Amino acid sequence: MLYGTRLRALSIATFVTLTGGLALAFFYAPMDADQGFMQKIFYVHVPMAIVALCGFVFGGVMAIQHLRTRDSRYDLRSYVAIHLSLILGAGVLLTGAIWAKASWGHWWVWDEPTLVSFLIVFLLYATYQPMRFSIEDREKQARYASVFAITAGAFVPLNFLAVRLAQAYTHPRVFATTDGGLPARMQLPFYLCLAGMALLYVTLWRYEMTSKHTSAQLRALRRKLAGDDAVAPAGRTAAPSLPTT
Amino acid sequence: MSAPTSTPPAGGRDAVAEGAASPRLVPMRAAVRALLRKELGLELRAPQAVPAMALFSVTTLVVFHFALQRGEVAGDLGAGVLWVTLLFAAMLGISRLFVADHEEGGLDGFLLAPTDRTAMLVAKALALFAFLAVVEVVAVPAFALLLLGPAPDAGAYAQLAALLALADAGIALVGTLVGAMAVQTRARDLLVPLMALPLLIPVVIGAAKGSTPLLSDAGARAVEVRWLLVLGLYDLVFGLLAYALFDYLIED
Repeated sequence: MLYGTRLRALSIATFVTLTGGLALAFFYAPMDADQGFMQKIFYVHVPMAIVALCGFVFGGVMAIQHLRTRDSRYDLRSYVAIHLSLILGAGVLLTGAIWAKASWGHWWVWDEPTLVSFLIVFLLYATYQPMRFSIEDREKQARYASVFAITAGAFVPLNFLAVRLAQAYTHPRVFATTDGGLPARMQLPFYLCLAGMALLYVTLWRYEMTSKHTSAQLRALRRKLAGDDAVAPAGRTAAPSLPTT
Repeated sequence: MSAPTSTPPAGGRDAVAEGAASPRLVPMRAAVRALLRKELGLELRAPQAVPAMALFSVTTLVVFHFALQRGEVAGDLGAGVLWVTLLFAAMLGISRLFVADHEEGGLDGFLLAPTDRTAMLVAKALALFAFLAVVEVVAVPAFALLLLGPAPDAGAYAQLAALLALADAGIALVGTLVGAMAVQTRARDLLVPLMALPLLIPVVIGAAKGSTPLLSDAGARAVEVRWLLVLGLYDLVFGLLAYALFDYLIED
């Protein structure tokens, strides 16, 4: 698969959707009665969290594919997905802390189950890269990373369930869980922001896949032109290696 | 028969695994029994993990006494002290679980044997469960003696034992998976707690919430059933996950 095709169109679509979504969030969506302007961070924080979690699960699905087919391209897909989700996850925790400070007066609150679960998931996935890095054999590294990705992917819903059970609902939730949900004028900006964030994730994923594939091809070509000795071996890395064909 | 196999259908491994009728295949129960006997025999002849875990848990209780600066704990604080102690002691056992096999070639020997690899998972998880149970026989009375304020009756201890059994099953399953993963890495002892602790947070939630009423100052109350269900669900999910994934961890 060529990851470089239509990257420009995808980038433009991402830019337009995300900018449009944020513009609507700022100028069209109503001000929140309690939280005022600070509530606008909701349009960044929640889509980012949803996309990051979907990315983790996608990484797990690709890992299943990797174990089934033993094709290292699936390992690369899983690796890039998890690695981007981790970056988004850091953003989720940061925006979550800012939101908590603004609306509840503390940088961190333990009685918001979604945020706490997210922290646990983030801490778990933070060991993904060190784990890969400490296994030298490439085939084993890929296999173990896939086992980790599947375990962690299955852990995500279980963890959310357990943390939610453990905590009382003391704070009002933006998504009313029993009735209604979002008001109509907040729905459109929210879903547009969600789509924009998802597109951003896909775009970044495609860029990184393209980059990884291109450098693997470049190495293969160099080796072909200058001989095997001219190209230094890849060295120890957490990133998966592709078969150079 | 093992979890989803992915090697080519004509592969030697599948040919062996499929032949349940084949006389050469060691039946699962015999393999588990042999492996478990090896684990327990090793620990009995040269005790290593269990004494270390037991000593560690008692020392941790002493550390808690000074760190919390109190002579008695009860209720949620008591449950927290107990579960942190047991969980951290379990980390020691998990990091040691596969080390001897890895260093002395026990894994290679097992891979050569004509048997299902799930036998290794079952035997290791049972061994870890047994180690944890022995450690708790020391650590829980030590906790009751040294730190626990209220004196729960026998009924409360029976309920605590049920919670411990469910939690130990979860720790044993996750620990076997994480231990098998970590033993192949360079940073073995660093990675075990980093991977296992976040994975075990649901166990801590269920166990700590469940045992809080048992250790309450105002007399023990019954465990809420939902915490037993949370622990049971966790054991089920990780049991299935470990069963499906363990084969990939001991392939070579």
